[in-house]
Amino acid sequence: MLNRDEDILQAAEAWQKAGHGVALATVVETWGSAPRPAGSNLVINDDGTFLGSVSGGCVEGAVVTEALDVIASGEPKLLEFGVADETAWNVGLSCGGTIRVFVEKVAQS
Amino acid sequence: MKAETLATLNTERAARRPVILITDISDGTQRLVKAADFGADPLHAELEKQLRMGKSAMVEVDGKKLFLNVYAPTARLVIIGAVHISQALAPLARSLDYDVTVVDPRTAFASPERFPDVKLIAEWPDEALPGLHIDHYTAFVAVTHDPKIDDPALLHAFEKNCFYIGALGSRKTHAKRGDRLKAQGVSEADFARIKAPIGLNIGAVSPSEIAVSIMAEITAELRMPKTIPAELSKVSNP
Repeated sequence: MLNRDEDILQAAEAWQKAGHGVALATVVETWGSAPRPAGSNLVINDDGTFLGSVSGGCVEGAVVTEALDVIASGEPKLLEFGVADETAWNVGLSCGGTIRVFVEKVAQS
Repeated sequence: MKAETLATLNTERAARRPVILITDISDGTQRLVKAADFGADPLHAELEKQLRMGKSAMVEVDGKKLFLNVYAPTARLVIIGAVHISQALAPLARSLDYDVTVVDPRTAFASPERFPDVKLIAEWPDEALPGLHIDHYTAFVAVTHDPKIDDPALLHAFEKNCFYIGALGSRKTHAKRGDRLKAQGVSEADFARIKAPIGLNIGAVSPSEIAVSIMAEITAELRMPKTIPAELSKVSNP
């Protein structure tokens, strides 16, 4: 079975309570043909374990790498992936769309 | 995101209450607004619009870019009737992430052998339905072909304003159902909400194909903001 949104966010809470560093990535804008709609979540912990998706698997690797930075720094990041972008070309958002992904740390206040 | 915001988000979702998370993309500041508090919120028009559409979106307010992430409850499917079509419908709906419950007072039909891994209640709708806390985010399907079972169940679905209400039966059967329900005080508007004959017209014949046509119609009702094109909604799974 696929992970539902609820399972994804519950996993993030459980990881955080277990003492893991956790980041939440969210698709916040899409242009053209995008595989996942705005609002889609990917959660990542400091082991590099992740659940959910922000694309059809095209850019998750890059988002996980950035998320590990966000977990370390605590500073949120806004990432953009699109065909015109050389980085995205490398990681291959091949559907022709552009997406923006907001990555933030889940932290005790 | 603050850990307590995430905890509240999970609590609200577990209780099947819609929430919207507002994030200022420039600095990551956030607040979570419960549906019950939309009315008092400065962004109430935007919040209500996005929840109605079930769609997350970026909005610009006073030059600030705010992302409104809509967390609506997971759709559920309640099937009245542990019949052959339901045996195909239940696993299909589960693969589409619906929480599925099957209700049928006839224990010969509602048996775990026929419905492995599905929540099954072998009781009359009047007994079974109140405990299920059916809400707007529930698709409701009545497929027993037996008015004694389907009719009271449909009354419950109207009361709970389910986003999809479908009933098996030919046009003739459905017209008779209309006479019975209206005699019990059901309004024209409520009766018109019933999708009958149930399912999109894809020429479905087998129980599995009918299940596909029903889930396609439910998906359209859930995801398409407008009504489905007339040529797709005219149907034939009697």
